[in-house]
Amino acid sequence: MVDLLLVQIVNGIVSGLILALVASGLTLIFGIMDVVNFAHGELFMLGAYVGTTIVVTTGSFWLALVGACLAIALLGAVIQVLALRPLLGRDPLTTILATFGLSLVLQNYALWQYGPVARKIPEPFTGQFPLFHLQYPWYRIIIAVLSAAIIGGLWLFLKYGKYGIWIRATTQDRVMAAAMGIPVPWVHTGVFAIGAAMAAASGVLFGPLVGVNHAMGLDVILRAFIVVVVGGMGNLGGSILAAIFISLLEAIASLLVSPAQAVIVSFVVLILTLLFRPTGLFVPTPK
Amino acid sequence: MLTLTDVHAHYGKSHVLHGVSLHVGPGEVVAILGRNGVGKSTTLKTILGLVRASAGRVVFEGRDVTAAPAHRVARMGIGYVPEDRRIFRLLSVHENLRTGLDRPGVAPERRERLLEKVYRHFPVLRERRSQTGGTLSGGEQQMLAIARAMMLEPKIILLDEPTEGLMPRMVAQIREIIDVLRAEGVAILLVEQNVPLTLEVSERVYVMEKGTVRHEAPAAALRQDDAVIHQYLGI
Repeated sequence: MVDLLLVQIVNGIVSGLILALVASGLTLIFGIMDVVNFAHGELFMLGAYVGTTIVVTTGSFWLALVGACLAIALLGAVIQVLALRPLLGRDPLTTILATFGLSLVLQNYALWQYGPVARKIPEPFTGQFPLFHLQYPWYRIIIAVLSAAIIGGLWLFLKYGKYGIWIRATTQDRVMAAAMGIPVPWVHTGVFAIGAAMAAASGVLFGPLVGVNHAMGLDVILRAFIVVVVGGMGNLGGSILAAIFISLLEAIASLLVSPAQAVIVSFVVLILTLLFRPTGLFVPTPK
Repeated sequence: MLTLTDVHAHYGKSHVLHGVSLHVGPGEVVAILGRNGVGKSTTLKTILGLVRASAGRVVFEGRDVTAAPAHRVARMGIGYVPEDRRIFRLLSVHENLRTGLDRPGVAPERRERLLEKVYRHFPVLRERRSQTGGTLSGGEQQMLAIARAMMLEPKIILLDEPTEGLMPRMVAQIREIIDVLRAEGVAILLVEQNVPLTLEVSERVYVMEKGTVRHEAPAAALRQDDAVIHQYLGI
């Protein structure tokens, strides 16, 4: 029983870190421009598709990872400039409609372009190591480490980078940031591109585990939204903790009930959070 | 250096500025007096482009900046110290200053020199450099707001009610800072409710009423003749 529990804890942390990668992009975008990006799951999915294309043509998983990030970052920047920049300062509902519309367009584009049959990204590492009674794939550990590294890199960039300061200042006070000479419209574009690239990275990393299809974004985005709300909208650290917390709970719950039922746990956490601590679980209590 | 010609501005449907015209010369300290809600703060925001002028022109150093985005106007050399200070509360004091320093074309030595200068003028900011902005007292936040604007090496600073809500000791300090800025040749456009202080530090005064400039006079003249002050400000 203990070994089962430990395996599930490892599983929970691994899927938590992938989820954290998607959720941090989402929360970063919300934090800085109050845009709830309903197309985030489709950026994740398109990232995975671009990844499959690059893997097929070059054979290199790592090239696919980098290439997908760059391509989707560019797509994200274009989306921001064309669809979201004109809506800045309007009712948040308009941006929800815009991004929801985009998600439908992107999903159906993928269906049209790549067809309904799921594709597979081969794992870059097929090795396994013994973990109690089972052989645990190295690749899962690699995903966790890479996700953590990307999130850590983002954190360092926000904390110490020149443009990191711009992003943090703009998140706190858009108007004053502009008055300090920070090019706010481009900071918004840049953040959207970074968020999109992070979604693409998780899409490629996740691809070998689930198979790539046009609807793969839906499940991920739902979980990412739960995480962002539980962690506190716009709160990066909160989202990361919430992602790991919820994934751990689900992993442990699936020992007791079927994995499909374990998903209920995240909704229970969501409802409890909204009832008792609507600003988020992992934010300091506002004074 | 800075000229506003018949500037109008709206907040949604309400017409706030009804043709404001004013002028600030290089190194000059000019004040705008007026009761609450006559459009003094809006005038400053319109200069920077934070509020769009619906008619009229704002010209800074010979360039029409009426339609320019705020960040570009700021980089041309207009510092802004807003009424509510608007410190980046979650950034440290040092990071607050960096928001104005991290722009293209500022060499490391020049950054150091600028930082050194404001830390010399505001020793308390050096002491608190790694504290977050939100933990500073009101007076310290005001100093930080002014120091932050100085990071842009502005040719003019727009000061919106810098002494509002401050203790007398702090007010005296803000006064000193205005003198320092003047000595460095930075022009100031000051919006204040504190009439004695305003008349003391400024060279010229515009009096605003109902979204337009009603009166212009040298500060020295208003110090003598307070009929105007009485008429427009009710004191």
